[in-house]
Order: sequence, then structure tokens, then C-alpha cells
Amino acid sequence: MSDQSVENSKLVHIERETWRNFARKAMRNRSFTIGAAITLIILAMALISFFWTPFDVTKLEIIKRLKKPDATYIFGTDHFGRDMFSMIMVGSRNSIAVAFVAVAIGLVIGVPLGTLAAARKGFVEEVLMRFNDLVFAFPALLSAVMITAIFGPGAINAIIAIGIFNIPVFARLSRSAAMTIWPREYVMAARVAGKSSARITIEHILPNIANLLIVQATIQFSLGILAEAGLSYVGLGTQPPMPSWGRMLFEAQTMIGFAPHMALFPGIAIILAVLGLNLLGDGMRDLLDPKLRRER
Amino acid sequence: MLYYLIRRSVSLLLTLALSTIVIFMVMEIVPGDPALIILGIGATDETIAALRQQMGLDLPLLTRYFQWVSGVLVGDLGTSYTYSVPVSELIAERSIVSLPLAIIALTLSTLIAIPTGILAASKRGQVTDTGIMGLTQLGIAIPNFWFAMLMVYIFAVILQWVPAGGFPGWDQGILAALKSLILPAIALALPQAAILSRVTRSALLEALGEDYIRTARAKGLTRSMVLWRHALRNAMIPVLTIMGLQFAFLLAGTIIIENVFYLPGLGRLIFQAITQRDLIVVESTVVLLVASVILINFLVDITYAWVDPRLQSERG
Repeated sequence: MSDQSVENSKLVHIERETWRNFARKAMRNRSFTIGAAITLIILAMALISFFWTPFDVTKLEIIKRLKKPDATYIFGTDHFGRDMFSMIMVGSRNSIAVAFVAVAIGLVIGVPLGTLAAARKGFVEEVLMRFNDLVFAFPALLSAVMITAIFGPGAINAIIAIGIFNIPVFARLSRSAAMTIWPREYVMAARVAGKSSARITIEHILPNIANLLIVQATIQFSLGILAEAGLSYVGLGTQPPMPSWGRMLFEAQTMIGFAPHMALFPGIAIILAVLGLNLLGDGMRDLLDPKLRRER
Repeated sequence: MLYYLIRRSVSLLLTLALSTIVIFMVMEIVPGDPALIILGIGATDETIAALRQQMGLDLPLLTRYFQWVSGVLVGDLGTSYTYSVPVSELIAERSIVSLPLAIIALTLSTLIAIPTGILAASKRGQVTDTGIMGLTQLGIAIPNFWFAMLMVYIFAVILQWVPAGGFPGWDQGILAALKSLILPAIALALPQAAILSRVTRSALLEALGEDYIRTARAKGLTRSMVLWRHALRNAMIPVLTIMGLQFAFLLAGTIIIENVFYLPGLGRLIFQAITQRDLIVVESTVVLLVASVILINFLVDITYAWVDPRLQSERG
């Protein structure tokens, strides 16, 4: 065995050890484990719903309407006789998809803007900060209602409306995080070596701020689920017949006096999804940044 | 301080100006001709053209923008297409529902959040702390309109203590009006209280880690004396910031909650105006809300800088 390969196998060993160490710490972090478990269950529910649900959500059976939860219909049925559990399963797809794409919009546009501002400073930064101020001045919900009402209700417009508000969140975060990395010695060294700002950003800045971005993405994801539910509830998000949690709550509202189960379960689904993601985010923050943990 | 104030004022004016442009442009690209919507599809081209002229829709874009902005500046917000009354009148009429609602919600959230936040920080790491923080996690995760529905079911349908929706008006007596505002206010306050309680706790913990706290402790003060006398005062700065922001957002948050309770407030006004394509109402109400957010932010920022001069150089 050459010296080099001995070195390599040692490195692999160390890497495996840190990974194992990390996994052990993760398992001991209660927020992380509970959050991850809830999130995985909801993701699994969404995936399974693509090829199996207990009942067909497109089939209306008026004769079976407004059944209370029982052994067959564990969450009961709605006013069209559709199984609530199956609808919640299918609805989860929608919440996840909308929130996920909205986060992706924020990351894909916000992170380059933020890192650019940190690298260039001056005019670019000034413009970006004013843009941030501007977007933050519009209460997110107000603008989301405006956007979807003007360009028509529907999942796509809901995604755009929610996504726009993720842009300044990620831009601001990546700018301030990147600014703390730029003065570091290894970045200085890279500059002295003649690397361009873009290359330094990709090779040194991004890997160092990735942790923060992942945590924030988890939180924005949960906010996206809440926002989508709110928009669908006022009729501006996902349109029928596609089930969505917010819309189910809207339909439940007029029937709350005699069919409270219709309101109960979609609400619990939203709470669990949001709670799961928030706990996961909190747990990851503790795990990825031990310094923050001490300060909190 | 003067330099900071000038710089901050310039950026305030810039943000205000930009936001009016954004709102105006968004309204411009809205599909649908307001004149056509008012007159219906049976209208002839001449009547539509006449109405467009009367409404000033035939003027160039820039002229209309400046007309609108100068109107807003002197309090002339235009006339609603659908209600045929001045928009300022509509807003005033709706504000007497939304403003008290937001004030009650903010009061409730503060009354819940600050004591629980202080309690959690002072019992850091203990069961009380974990319990309170668990509850705040739940509070953030609960959609407020869902919570509102549950409260309607319990307090209006089953117990029949309060009405399920609607607003009798202040002339029907303060008690009756407050009765129809209390559930919406609780629903609005819930997530805000959860956030504020977390902010209070972490601000307090951060303040407790500062050097001057160590000095105070070394001086012989007990932990709780330090907390009340020194840490709390410093921790209040971020807490007040969040409260300032929350008030502005509560006004906007009423859009959904007012829909749950059929309250004739600002949120419902915007919502209905959007669906009826009553653009002048949307434009003016939104500009007022956005301007109030920007102004509150500005006030919070300069208070901040005044209280803590270190910030004058850092914040832009």
C-alpha cells in the first residue's frame, strides 16, 4: 500500500467517524428526531398518495356524506361523501409542492443576489437593500392576495406569490452570512492567489453558508405551507377538484355546526406539517452550529 | 445622529416612492377594463369611451400616476367605482373595525408574550421553559383561521357566548361590538404572541450574557434583580421592534380573519374590492397599509439608533 492510499483510507476513516458522531448527536437531539419523523411521515403520505389512497378522492358518493370518523373512514367523510383521510393524503402533495417550489425560487434568485451584494458592495449592495426594504414593506399576505386575485387564482400564482417573499429573505441572509466569511484568512489567500470573486463565492463562501441556508429553507418551507393553506382557504390557491388542506377548511366552515370533523383533521395536518418542519429546522440549527446553541 | 437621520429619511422617501410605483404598475397590468366592468358587456363603445374619459383612464400613464400620488398626498384617494363614495370615506368607515381589532390583538399578544417570555428565560432549561417553548412552537404552527373556526364552534355554536360572525357597529353599544371582535382578536393574537414570546426569551437570554450583567452580578445583585433591573430594559429593544412590525402586519393579517368572521374591516374591503375590480379602492388601501408599514419601520429604526448610538454607523 502506498503512503498516499494509507493517508486516504485514514481520511475516509476520519470522515466516517465524524459522520457517525454527527448521526449519534442527531439521534440525541429531540427537536431533530421528532421533526424529522413528522416530516418523513408527511412526505411518505404524499408519495404513497400518487399510487394508493384508501378511497378514490374524485368519486362523489352523496349517500355516504358527512359520516363521522369510524373504522372504515378513519377521518370521516365530507359533504360529497369523499373520504377525508384520502383527501388529506392527496392534499399533502399540493402543500409540499407549492411550498417547495416557493423555497426554490427564493434560493435560486435570493442567494446569488445576496452573495453578489457581499462580494461587490457599493452600488449593487445599495440597490439590493432597497429592493429588500421594498418587498418587506408589503405584508406578505396582502401581496399574495393581490397577486393571486389579479392574475387569477391557482397553484402556480400562489407559488409565485409566496416565492417572491422568499427572495429577500434568502438574499438578506446570504449577504450577511457571506460578509462574515469574506474577511477570513483563507478567502484572503484565495484572493491573493488571483481567484475571481465568483469562484471564491462558489468554492469558499457557499459551502460555508450552506448550513444557515438549509435551516432557513426549512423554516421558509413551513411558512410556505401555512401561506398556501391561507390562500387556498380564501379561494385563491389551489382550485377544486384537486384537494388542498386550506380549501378543505374553507368547505368545512359552513358545516362546522354539524360536521366539526371536517374542520378538525385538515387543520391538524397543517399543524403537524408546519410543526415538523420547524422542529427539524431548530434541531438542524443546533446540530450544525453548536455556537448558536449555547447562545440561545 | 443628524447624518443618520438624513440618510434614513432619504431611504424612507425612496422606499415610499418605489412602493407607490410598484402598486400603480401592478394595478396597470391587471386584466380587465374598469369602465367595461362597470358598464357590463352590453355597453356601446361610445359609452365606454365616455366613461373612460370621465374616469381619466384615457390620460397618459405618467399623468395618471402623478395625479394619483398627488391625490393621495392631500388625502384625496379617489372615488370607488362600485360604492360610488370617496375611498377615504370607505377607509375611515372600515378602519373603525380593523384598527380596534388590531389594537386588541396586539394588547392580548403582548399581555401573553412578555410574561411567558420572561418566565421561560428565567427558568431556562427547566420544565417551565421547555413547556412554554413547546407551546410557542404549536402557536406558530396553528393556522389562525383554523383556530378561529374552532373558537367559533366552541364559543359561538356550542356555548353561544358570542356571535359567530358579523359586526353590529359601535352604535349598538361597546359591549356588543367588543363581543364580536374578541374571537377574531384572539385568533390574530395567537401566532403573534408565540413569536413575541420567543423573541422576548431569546433577547433576555442574550442580554443576560453581556458583560454589564456580569459586572452587576459581581457587584452583588441576585440573578433575579439583575434580570429585572438591567437585562429586561436592554431586551425590550428587539421586543419593541417586533411589536412595531407586528402591528402593521396585524392590519394586513385581518384579510383572512375578517373573512372568517364576516367583519366589515379594511381586510375585507381590499378582498372585495379586488374581486369586484374596484382598483382605485385596492390601490389606495394598499398604499396606506404599505406606507404605514414603512413608517413604523422607520420610526422603530430611528428610535433604535437613538437608544443605542452604536447602531447609527452599522445600519443603513
